[in-house]
Amino acid sequence: MNGERRSGEFWVLAIFFALFVLFLYGPLSAILILSFQGPNGGLTFPMNGVSLHWFRNLTQQQAVGDFGGSFRRSFTLGVMVMLVTVVVSLLAGLAFRRRFVGATPLFYLAVASLVVPSIIISLGIGVMFQQIGIRPSWYGSAFGAHLTWTLPFGVLIMFAVFNRFSPAYEEAARDLGASPWQTFRHVVLPMIAPMLVGVGLFGFTLSYDEFARTLMTAGTYNTLPLEIYGMTTNVTTPVLYALGTVTTLFSFLVISVMLGVIVWLGRRRARV
Amino acid sequence: MTTTVDDSAATGAPAAQRGRARPFSLSALASYLQVAPLALILGFFLLAPVLMIVVVSFWDYDFARLYPDFVLTNYAETLGSWVTWRTYLNTLKYAVIVWALTLFIGFWVAYFLTFHIRTSAMQMVLFLVCTVPFLTSNIIRMISWIPVLGRNGLVNSTLIEMGLVSEPVEWLLYSDFAVVLAMVHLYTLFMVTPIFNTLMRIDRSLVEAARDAGATGWQILWNVILPLAKPGMAIGTIFVVTLVMADFITVLVMSGGQSASVALMMRNQMSLLQYPAAAANAVVLLVLVLMMVAGILRVVDIRKEL
Repeated sequence: MNGERRSGEFWVLAIFFALFVLFLYGPLSAILILSFQGPNGGLTFPMNGVSLHWFRNLTQQQAVGDFGGSFRRSFTLGVMVMLVTVVVSLLAGLAFRRRFVGATPLFYLAVASLVVPSIIISLGIGVMFQQIGIRPSWYGSAFGAHLTWTLPFGVLIMFAVFNRFSPAYEEAARDLGASPWQTFRHVVLPMIAPMLVGVGLFGFTLSYDEFARTLMTAGTYNTLPLEIYGMTTNVTTPVLYALGTVTTLFSFLVISVMLGVIVWLGRRRARV
Repeated sequence: MTTTVDDSAATGAPAAQRGRARPFSLSALASYLQVAPLALILGFFLLAPVLMIVVVSFWDYDFARLYPDFVLTNYAETLGSWVTWRTYLNTLKYAVIVWALTLFIGFWVAYFLTFHIRTSAMQMVLFLVCTVPFLTSNIIRMISWIPVLGRNGLVNSTLIEMGLVSEPVEWLLYSDFAVVLAMVHLYTLFMVTPIFNTLMRIDRSLVEAARDAGATGWQILWNVILPLAKPGMAIGTIFVVTLVMADFITVLVMSGGQSASVALMMRNQMSLLQYPAAAANAVVLLVLVLMMVAGILRVVDIRKEL
């Protein structure tokens, strides 16, 4: 198709795509702008002055609930989920390259984890912990509940990676006398590292934003999405938008850092 | 060493071959050690809770606690109520509408990225532009519609300024329209990604061959590209349908409590501590969702598409 003139179809679809992007980002930018609303401004346009009033308001704990604490919990939980998702998915991906008894049921269990409605998992874990007599907590029951959502993504991504991974590299390493560990550490791992970072990004963001699975499993202390949800029902000032802006910018920061790492890994590999 | 996980339905064969199977038993052991964490986590946090729900759905309860029992009243009450059936129908309505819209949008976005963007760097950049919002908080993305669709929101004030309406349009927010719009906003990427993935794998020479043979643009689309895109569409459908069927937070926030979905009904029962009733509902919903997924899986083999 190279060198052809752009057709009418291209322009129609380009406009469609542009509208889609506007649809995705338009509302987000609306709350981003409105979070700088003046102290007397409301939840909708027009802007009633420009100020950082609502961001300051956010840092005063009494005004909006425990924003700092819930952020710390969500961040810690996200990192825990990220690490476990990367390690467990990588191990499972390696295992599934060989045949073993039970591979098929386990694969379908992972797929089931993706399609079972999140509220059912939330309810199930909540009731199970209650019956066993363990207190639900964000680092226990909610941690497990989040893993049922992030692990299938991680495992499916690792499947896709290893489906395209030629064993010739490992055979070459082995022929040159590398031990299995050396082969893994110096041949396989550098090649799949960018995908592992991608799995980690999925693990962190899916956990950081998860609501339904946390609902029944978080226990006494709220995670950030639960806190935000609580705010939607009883806060009627732009402080809600300020919180939205801060968490969204934080998500963007995490995404940029991870993408930066992926690009860096790719460059480094290209140089070697 | 096989690189694919295809047809491991025959998995039993190699490991079961006894005799001088030194490397086999070792590598089999390694496999089990490697999948053990996954199996344990899914076993404890997925399988056990779902079994627990099935058990509890037969239990008796009052306002204070649950009583282990084997009663069918939870199911009788759930399935015998008009409200339940209306709620299921309403949830299915959302699923069908959102599915149709995300499929339409998802296909054309993926098609544009695959066949009209010429460099792969640009393809990745534009794909990331689509992906980034999906990695941010769902609740924030729902709230972000309030200043746009609300009574004094952007859309209404624009319509009034243009003189198209004299009063604010009320059904933009806190309505079925808002629910569907927000779901499309939240879930379209789950359709774009798998379709993009399958379209990128279509051999371009097939399109060239069709064109050389005199096919028009629409014929190529209809007879070559669409059939090859079906697996991606099926996977996207699984995601979107299961997400919509399980949704309660979008319905709650965007309808302002005026519409119902199955999961929202469950959540209300849970907040009244009626766990066995919620569990019975959960079992019915789970069976329905698994039947839908099984139906879609007859069309597509997921493992071939990875």
